[in-house]
Amino acid sequence: MKATQLKLNRKTALKGAILFIASLVMVSCFDDTKTTYDDTVDIPVNQEMIAELTSPPHVPTPVGRRKAKKLVVKMEILEKEGTMTDGVTYMYWTFGGTVPGSFIRTRVGDEVEFHLQNHPDNKLPHNIDLHAVNGPGGGAESSFVVPGHSKVFSFKTLNPGLYVYHCATAPVGMHIANGMYGLILVEPAGGLPEVDKEYYIMQGDFYTKGANGERGLQPFDMQKAVNEQADYVVFNGKVGALTGDNALTAKVGETVRLYVGNGGPGLVSSFHVIGEIFDRVNVEGGSLVNENVQTTLIPAGGAAMIEFKVDVPGTFIIVDHSIFRAFNKGALGMLKVEGEEDKKIYSGEIRDDIYLPEGPGIQSMPTTDEIIASEVPAKSFEEQMEFGKQTYMQTCFACHQSEGQGIPNAFPPLAKSDYLNANVDRAIGTVLHGLTGEITVNGEKYNSVMTRQMLSPDEIANVLTYVYNSWGNSGKIITSEMVEKVKNQK
Amino acid sequence: MKNGAFKFLIVSIAFFMHCELFAQSEGMVYIEGSRYIPLYGRDSTVVEVKDFEMDIYPVSNLEYGDFLKKNTNWQKSKALKLFTDKMYLTNWKNDLQLEASALSNSPVTYVSWFAAKAYCECQGKRLPTIDEWEYAAMADETTKDARVKPEYNKKILDWYEAPRSNENTIGMNAKNAWGVYDLHGLVWEWTLDFNSVLITGESRKDVDTDNNLFCGSAAINATDLMNYAAFMRYAIRGSLEAKYSMKNLGFRCVKPVTK
Repeated sequence: MKATQLKLNRKTALKGAILFIASLVMVSCFDDTKTTYDDTVDIPVNQEMIAELTSPPHVPTPVGRRKAKKLVVKMEILEKEGTMTDGVTYMYWTFGGTVPGSFIRTRVGDEVEFHLQNHPDNKLPHNIDLHAVNGPGGGAESSFVVPGHSKVFSFKTLNPGLYVYHCATAPVGMHIANGMYGLILVEPAGGLPEVDKEYYIMQGDFYTKGANGERGLQPFDMQKAVNEQADYVVFNGKVGALTGDNALTAKVGETVRLYVGNGGPGLVSSFHVIGEIFDRVNVEGGSLVNENVQTTLIPAGGAAMIEFKVDVPGTFIIVDHSIFRAFNKGALGMLKVEGEEDKKIYSGEIRDDIYLPEGPGIQSMPTTDEIIASEVPAKSFEEQMEFGKQTYMQTCFACHQSEGQGIPNAFPPLAKSDYLNANVDRAIGTVLHGLTGEITVNGEKYNSVMTRQMLSPDEIANVLTYVYNSWGNSGKIITSEMVEKVKNQK
Repeated sequence: MKNGAFKFLIVSIAFFMHCELFAQSEGMVYIEGSRYIPLYGRDSTVVEVKDFEMDIYPVSNLEYGDFLKKNTNWQKSKALKLFTDKMYLTNWKNDLQLEASALSNSPVTYVSWFAAKAYCECQGKRLPTIDEWEYAAMADETTKDARVKPEYNKKILDWYEAPRSNENTIGMNAKNAWGVYDLHGLVWEWTLDFNSVLITGESRKDVDTDNNLFCGSAAINATDLMNYAAFMRYAIRGSLEAKYSMKNLGFRCVKPVTK
């Protein structure tokens, strides 16, 4: 730290000397980097540069010490089908082909020349409202563009901060609900403080004709949107955009900055990272810095810059702490941190003692007993496997993991599981009624709780068939009749 | 509006441009006029639509090809840049042949308003006004004004989200109560007075200028759904200029009935 500071000082000193000499020689018209401007409108621009745009969760290179420039941004609008979650697709409207749209990184004083290109295959006219713009409609008035055309307008970035952009074409709510939002960052002169890792996350709520998880291409549901009854609340446009192989990564000791936005259209986000305290938060994306924050509120059409240092290894779960959204509607991401443990900061489990409270042992989800049977029963083994996998990814994956490997000491494996393969009826019963207490799986003891699952007999048959025919298990085929039999034994 | 005078000039030039006339009333249906309240438009007040005939189908690539043979000045290499943009007939290989991927019985698209207008005039017809088009298009298969039916509106909204429908062939959608096909579900269609709609592109401001649009209703009902569908048509019209050509935009003609 000290060394770099010294080096910097020396560097600036050297630069100062050169400048001094230069000014002696060249007299005037040489603008020093040190010049400050009371009004950001007065910051001059020189040179032209094509803006680097990145897809989430990545962000472009920091502006660093570069001077204000004319920055050319070319943003393409694409209406295209994408995956919402396993087995469910959605017709997304996007800026740059992704939800959220491409990240735009500028510095204060830049003159942004914005090219909004509406792809000829698109059905609808669109425009863009950037919250970083001082001007009517935030650019929307000047950027209304028909498919097959490109509109150009320009603006000067006057206020540093993290801003949302979105489409503002009628019906505005529908354009936003279909994914037309993203973030534009305006860094202060000299750039933001350096960090080791930077990521781009944006929350959005989606409203589909079918309920959460219902298979097929799901159209937008205007009524649900008006009622603000979201079927999906997700980070980066889909369920699982930041989990498993897509998880964010960092190493112990690194500083991480998250650029978090909320596209809405309807819901406000209580942004939280489980097991991490935010060292610094630029509240609402502005200049006010709050420190030591557990959960920060991000309004629809707002953003926040969040910084923290990761101290211990492990998987840190990113959620909207309106918690049913996280575990039932998709607002869940992961930050995987690798490196040395530090027992002083976090010990891990020290002891497991027996504690027997009163009351029933098995937890169950409060619900009516009406489970709607799947409308499309599987017709073949292949379909059973396909549907079963979808159910697995929606229901079982979070604990038992993608390859059925489970999580050591917490959730037992399903892959090559002796407990599973020994008794089919017991397995069916476990999914139907839940399971609690100590069991031994492949020689390891587990003492955990699995709640009863809200699945129809068809779905249970499919998901168990999938499990039994994956990862080296016994290859049994489960039918809905077998499930009914176990269900009625009780 | 901003260049109204300029547009007027262009229109007058277009008027003098010669084209070969031939009349035909077949392939059209009679639409009995009436008074109705359009979904959303200039004032959302009652408008009167006089009796007219409307093409049963939108103009096909094949029909447009015939027009090009007789009216060489509208061929892609010869059309004036004043009346067409670079996208004009971009799915045509040359002046008279479609690209292999395009079907002759698909609707013609990539045509400008000027071209569409000239086509209709050559047949002794004209483009429909917004009021006429919306009037004929508010029918479903059984009812002449189906706008209050949720199903009718859902179908339209679904189409707005479906990609590449312009590559479908004409007549695949069910015919409506007037006997007209494909007003919804195939391509957008040019109207004579498309740019009379005051959509600025800043739709939230447009809301202020037309309070009827949201009618102060908190809950969404069929009327709102219907407004949403109509709203999107007005948005596309508002975003166009007369020389633009677009992949999803075709046209059909009408003929006033004189008694």
